[in-house]
Amino acid sequence: MAGHATTPQEGLRVDHHFENPDQQYQSAKLGMWVFLATEILFFGGLFVAYSVYRANHPEIFIFGHHFLDKNLGALNTVILICSSLTAAWAVRAAQLKQIGLLKLMLVLTMLCAFGFMGVKAVEYNTKWKHGLLWAGSYDPHLEHDEPAIEIATEGELLVDGTEVAAEVVSEAQRVGDADLVESEVVSKSVVVQDQTASPVDRSNIAPAAEGPAGLARSDEGTMDEHAIAIEPANAQTFFSIYFLMTGLHGIHVLGGIGAFLWLLMCAHRGDFATGHFTRVDMVALYWHVVDLIWIYLFLLLYLVE
Amino acid sequence: MSDHENSFVHIASVKLLLVVWIGLMVGTWLTVAASNVDLGALNIWIGLAIATAKATLVALFYMHLRWDKPFNAFVFVGAFFLLFLFIGFAMMDTAHYQVDLIPGYSPGMGG
Repeated sequence: MAGHATTPQEGLRVDHHFENPDQQYQSAKLGMWVFLATEILFFGGLFVAYSVYRANHPEIFIFGHHFLDKNLGALNTVILICSSLTAAWAVRAAQLKQIGLLKLMLVLTMLCAFGFMGVKAVEYNTKWKHGLLWAGSYDPHLEHDEPAIEIATEGELLVDGTEVAAEVVSEAQRVGDADLVESEVVSKSVVVQDQTASPVDRSNIAPAAEGPAGLARSDEGTMDEHAIAIEPANAQTFFSIYFLMTGLHGIHVLGGIGAFLWLLMCAHRGDFATGHFTRVDMVALYWHVVDLIWIYLFLLLYLVE
Repeated sequence: MSDHENSFVHIASVKLLLVVWIGLMVGTWLTVAASNVDLGALNIWIGLAIATAKATLVALFYMHLRWDKPFNAFVFVGAFFLLFLFIGFAMMDTAHYQVDLIPGYSPGMGG
């Protein structure tokens, strides 16, 4: 490593426990990479939960992903990729002491991060309104004030001694922000003599008596092959995993916004005029990992088939 | 800043940043397009392959691993290796439980 005099960090103060700027910079960087490794493993636990549940109960994921909007997910992916570009560009600008450009790139990155959170807020809001929430709070319904399960009279089927009320309600297609096709059928298996009981009551007893979900799919013509799979038992598990994974990721995005704000203040104060770009580099590394994790989340949550 | 080759720091060119950005965009389009084609069990693996290619692009170029000390790459790739072990052993374990002991209900999914 000859020629330190030509490094962008030439004007930088070297702390007394470092030999030279190179060693100081590399130490900071190694620390950052170790932190990023722990971040991967932090999310790793959730990826394990995802893998195990999906391997055992693929039907829950196929059912649940219909309520996620693929287009919004793709939009957020594009937003994060753009923010990764501007973050990498910000590092370059800091290395070259282009403070104006650095500030511009930091602001653009933050705008992308806010855009991401905005789209996320729209998605969360729709799920909140329809009760598509985690474990105990899972209570799917059409509108906020309506009863939890609407029992449509049309298309009542008698299958294997259990009456199944099939909803071919156009309103049902607005559940979730997914682009459900008009002809799709959302149906619920309801024991009809229990109509007066509050549908919110979910039994704590294992739903063995319901039988396999496939039973309810009859050949009587009322339900066509466009039907979404009938809500499987424990469908709330998908939403638990969805909210945990995207929620933890969202917290990381918020943290990133804070870090970029801090960098912007540093840039404004003139900290980077000496070519001291280590901070920008480290925050950008963090931001790229946030992007990287989203690449997988988008695939695994939105694009289940 | 004309002689960057003397520096211990690598400065990515704007052209490289933009080329990688285009690659990531194409990758995203490819992921969505591939998800619309029904290939059965192959779908998830194709999706994961594309996602990993995108992640590699980000790590190599945006995160400068291409020019970094190999030890940093070792740390990062090591994390993915440990994650692979974590998921792999969990999947091996869960595959050894009987799912259909009671029809419509299975262990590990308490109501």
